[in-house]
Amino acid sequence: MIPPAFEYARPASVDEAVRTLAEAGEEAKVLAGGQSLLPLLRLRLAFPELVVDVGRIPELRGVREDGDTLVIGAMTTHHDVVTDPLVRRHAGLLAAATATVADPAVRHRGTLGGSLAHADPAGDLPAVILALGGELVAQGPRGRRAVAAGDFFVDYLQSALEPDELLVEVRLPKADGWGFHYEKFHPVAQSWATVGVAALVRRDDGHIAEARIGLTNMGATPLRATAAEAALTGAGGTESVARAVESAAEGTHPAQDTAASPEYREHLARVLTRRAVLAAAGMG
Amino acid sequence: MTDQAVQSEVGRARPRKEDARLITGQTNWTDNISVNGLLHLAILRSPMAHARIERVDVSPALERPGVVAAFSGRDLDGLGSLPCAWPVTEDIVLPDHPPIAVDEVRYAGDPVAVVVARDRYAAADALEAIEVDYEPLPPVLDLEAALAEGSPLVHSDKGTNRSYVWPLKTGEDFDSVRRRAEVTVKRRYVHQRLIPNAMEPRAVVVTPLAASGEYTLYSATQIPHILRIMLAVVTGIPEHKLRVIAPDVGGGFGSKLQVYGEEAIALAVARRIGRPVKWTESRSEGYLATHHGRGMIQDVEVAAMRDGRLLGLKVDLLTDMGAYLMLVTPGIPILGAFMYPAIYKMDSYDFTCTGVFTTRTPTDAYRGAGRPEATYAIERIMDELAAEVGLDPVELRRRNWIGHEEFPYTTIAGLTYDSGNYEAATGKALALFEYDKLRAEQADRTARGDSVRLGIGVSTYTEMCGLAPSRVLRDLRYAAGGWEAATIRMLPTGKVEVVTGTSPHGQGHVTSWSQIAADVLGVPFEDVEVVHGDTKAAPQGMDTYGSRSLVVGGAAVHHAAQKVVAKARKIAAHLLEASEQDLDFADGVFSVKGSPEARKTIQEVAFETFTSHDLPDGMEPTINAEHLVDPDNFSYPHGTHLCAVEVDTETGQTKIRSYVCVDDVGRVVNPMIVEGQVHGGLAQGIAQALFEEAVYDDEGNLVTGTMADYLVPSAADLPEFVTERTETPATSNPLGVKGVGEAGTIASTPAVVNAIVDALRPLGVHDVRMPCTPERVWRAVREARS
Amino acid sequence: MTRISVKVDGTTYQDEVEPRLLLIHYLRDRLGLTGTPIGCDTSNCGACTVDLDGVSVKSCSVLAVQADGGEVTTVQGLARDGEWTELQKAFHEKHGLQCGYCTPGMLMAARDLLRENPHPSSDEVRHALEGNLCRCTGYQNIVRAVLAASGQEVTA
Repeated sequence: MIPPAFEYARPASVDEAVRTLAEAGEEAKVLAGGQSLLPLLRLRLAFPELVVDVGRIPELRGVREDGDTLVIGAMTTHHDVVTDPLVRRHAGLLAAATATVADPAVRHRGTLGGSLAHADPAGDLPAVILALGGELVAQGPRGRRAVAAGDFFVDYLQSALEPDELLVEVRLPKADGWGFHYEKFHPVAQSWATVGVAALVRRDDGHIAEARIGLTNMGATPLRATAAEAALTGAGGTESVARAVESAAEGTHPAQDTAASPEYREHLARVLTRRAVLAAAGMG
Repeated sequence: MTDQAVQSEVGRARPRKEDARLITGQTNWTDNISVNGLLHLAILRSPMAHARIERVDVSPALERPGVVAAFSGRDLDGLGSLPCAWPVTEDIVLPDHPPIAVDEVRYAGDPVAVVVARDRYAAADALEAIEVDYEPLPPVLDLEAALAEGSPLVHSDKGTNRSYVWPLKTGEDFDSVRRRAEVTVKRRYVHQRLIPNAMEPRAVVVTPLAASGEYTLYSATQIPHILRIMLAVVTGIPEHKLRVIAPDVGGGFGSKLQVYGEEAIALAVARRIGRPVKWTESRSEGYLATHHGRGMIQDVEVAAMRDGRLLGLKVDLLTDMGAYLMLVTPGIPILGAFMYPAIYKMDSYDFTCTGVFTTRTPTDAYRGAGRPEATYAIERIMDELAAEVGLDPVELRRRNWIGHEEFPYTTIAGLTYDSGNYEAATGKALALFEYDKLRAEQADRTARGDSVRLGIGVSTYTEMCGLAPSRVLRDLRYAAGGWEAATIRMLPTGKVEVVTGTSPHGQGHVTSWSQIAADVLGVPFEDVEVVHGDTKAAPQGMDTYGSRSLVVGGAAVHHAAQKVVAKARKIAAHLLEASEQDLDFADGVFSVKGSPEARKTIQEVAFETFTSHDLPDGMEPTINAEHLVDPDNFSYPHGTHLCAVEVDTETGQTKIRSYVCVDDVGRVVNPMIVEGQVHGGLAQGIAQALFEEAVYDDEGNLVTGTMADYLVPSAADLPEFVTERTETPATSNPLGVKGVGEAGTIASTPAVVNAIVDALRPLGVHDVRMPCTPERVWRAVREARS
Repeated sequence: MTRISVKVDGTTYQDEVEPRLLLIHYLRDRLGLTGTPIGCDTSNCGACTVDLDGVSVKSCSVLAVQADGGEVTTVQGLARDGEWTELQKAFHEKHGLQCGYCTPGMLMAARDLLRENPHPSSDEVRHALEGNLCRCTGYQNIVRAVLAASGQEVTA
């Protein structure tokens, strides 16, 4: 199918991008890698008057360290995230989960920032950033602000970004020493996760000292399995992990769609959380 | 066989002639075709399943830039009903099917209006300007409810949603065998709707020559010849003024065995405006507008003795026709009617099929067409019977199948199977699969209570293909014959053109037909070209579907080539001053018995006919020949498929661990092509078992409306297959071939589901509805446990 | 309209295009490079895969304006002086295509894989091609072809 007509702008800098967005108001759409936006346009599910292509802004790309923080430019492609040595060293969970996003060609174009700003709860990366305790940095006419991942995903396909704000970078506390695993359950290889579980586990003396669990597609936004996280603290074996994850679906509100019912998703959340935690803890 | 060339080509794994342009992008898909002044046609479709059209106003679209014309259904009156060539009963309810809706829409996707614009973007934009008022009518979606008193009607003027009831009762009365049976098993199986998903979306280009009233229509079709006849009837354009070309066609699987509204609309619009037009569907548009497959509820009952011996089979079908009867819609389940008894001997068969209208996209042929449904039902219930009488499923089959010494064998359904060897195929498959070893592992996992269970599924299928003996088609009330045509043109330079009436779209006919012709004529494979898919260049044919092309069309090539040799022999004898009987013919060379230096190649003879300087008296100056084959019987490929599936009982996730099939498709012309056909068939059959379903909501909207929602499996979702063959030649054609296009699809679906159920049977599971999604498997386990 | 300059299969083109024009339509309808087909509207099927600036992309999900200044290689630019690439030869010899509609995308995706991973396992090939759908082959011979093109022994 054919996208509807729109005006096009390709700012060369973040400042110019923000100015362009501010002038356009609500009718503008930011084009990052385009791997979500282009299908939406082709199916005529979106009708922006202006598309602001931020794909050519050099400062939005790349990965750097800032002390104990890893900083990833919003326009860094999935492919580059997967292969980046800094990401692999300090945020292995993100590299592992990103490698499951869509397929290689889509990962060449799709970007971390685009995926997060799209705020699709079925996307793999929002739950991962949530589990990693990341911050998302937005720039707008009023300057820069950092939004904690927990505050960024507001509702289904809705982020905390204002229409005149641009997501510029993602800041992740280095997860050195944490075990990690992304458990994705999907009916065919290229489909969305029916449910995904992002697990980070810090072990201490054979026990789980701390666990952080992000849930994909278990509600209108990505969620933390906070009850299970609390219950996992101190768990020391497969039995105790299995007991702890019984609460993994608490507080979730998964959708009914052709892939699964809410009841089944809740069941999957428990099973997959157990598997993800055991794998992350090296106990599987 | 006569004294022909050594069989050097048939049986060789020749890489395909077709590939060169396909791997370099020098393709000629219909959407690639461009001519000066070409306009693009776009179609506005009904957004609801059932509604009365109150008003259509296309005039706002005409105001849009680049728009040349726009038409409502009423504007394009003068088009006849789209045809149904298979009214299976005398009293069938056969509603009119306007190519573009006029008063009422009956499925989401029914065409309502068209625009014609200078490019596809302008055409897409203009669609949004068309105004339509609909008065919603109730959708009809449930097959059983549709037949109940007081149901809303798809076609209110017909007074019923029942299109037809088609019975077949043979042998002893089923009630009688049921009374003497020691065991009966009754099950309900459901075939979900499937979307065929040929990779090339449909497309049509029409170039009119207004002055002389001549039209050329290019279409992504499997059936250029049938299409020409039918479109002549629908549009009123005289058949001899209409040329139909199927250029490169990217897969069909039955979905391009159709006479579509868009083909008639494109012709009508081109005639109206006198300009060339193109229509190309998008994938999501195709999901609504291109016919679907399957869609059937099966109530199946077997009656048997405790030792497993079958007495009889009763089958009651409700099949979803969708909103209209298209080209062969009603006949699809009837193609399966004869296959339910499959390879088994029994005393009674009682079959009834009821065709039901619903407000959904029409159904029609999809790879296997009726036979996968039949094979699924019998092979699933054979496993249930095996469990009931406590026999290994393979052993149960062995006790009931037709022994290899019993061929030819007339089945309870009335078909005469000419050849087969079920013992050989099954024995080979069991060995390759390591059946006993897997059974031992399965028992071990069951004993341990492993959360990941192992299941083994077997499917010993047969099918009828090589459509078809024309007299049988008459008896089934099909409107056409089942013959196929071939012409061999011997060119002056010794090159050969094989003109075939089949219309390949991925099957490699150019290569296989070259092999057949090269062998009979004794000319190099490279010297043969195959002409197809253009009613001007290959004027006679019945096209490609139903695994018929090699069996009927390939046989026609073989016979035509033999006629060429016979004609050439007369000329060679004259030139060599010998009698015909004194000539040997081998490897393309006529030589005089006893004096091999006296020789003429058939290619030299071809040149002699071109000069015609020295032909026998009264001899027509050509050795070209034509042959039409009308087969005496169907062909009956068979085989044994074995599938091992691991089932994670915690999540319901299934994983095919190994898949072995041994198919008997008779003699093999090109083993590489045959293997590829089997692979692709397996993938589609497995996809039905595990992944694919066209899901509708309660309003009749297609929910799985894009490739993101309808799950076509990728390489990562399918296993490596082990494919082997046995070779029991067919006796109904000179090549001994049986057809292979549908075998994999027919056999594999029950093999996979049998394996899943087999894994879970110790937990009390007896069925999982297709597609066996993780959630359905999980629910089946949970329900059995509770 | 936006002015773009794109090098496609070795030739540089400059054109005025609507911003919404998809790269695949630019290639097919404007440049007449119809070797690359379109198979879906959701970027699932991969038939339209081309190489853009050294990596595989789905040209139905890239705007022509996004390719401005870039270099595109399509299936039509693979063979050099009529000499097929190893992948093209392998698809032919291993019967890795039937109708051929998915083949341009398969070739471009496989080419991308072998650039990153010159000796993939059969499982790696299957995953690398998960964004490219084929309805004819069941994929087995495509996997064989890619393994063969990588110089590995292929059974059967």
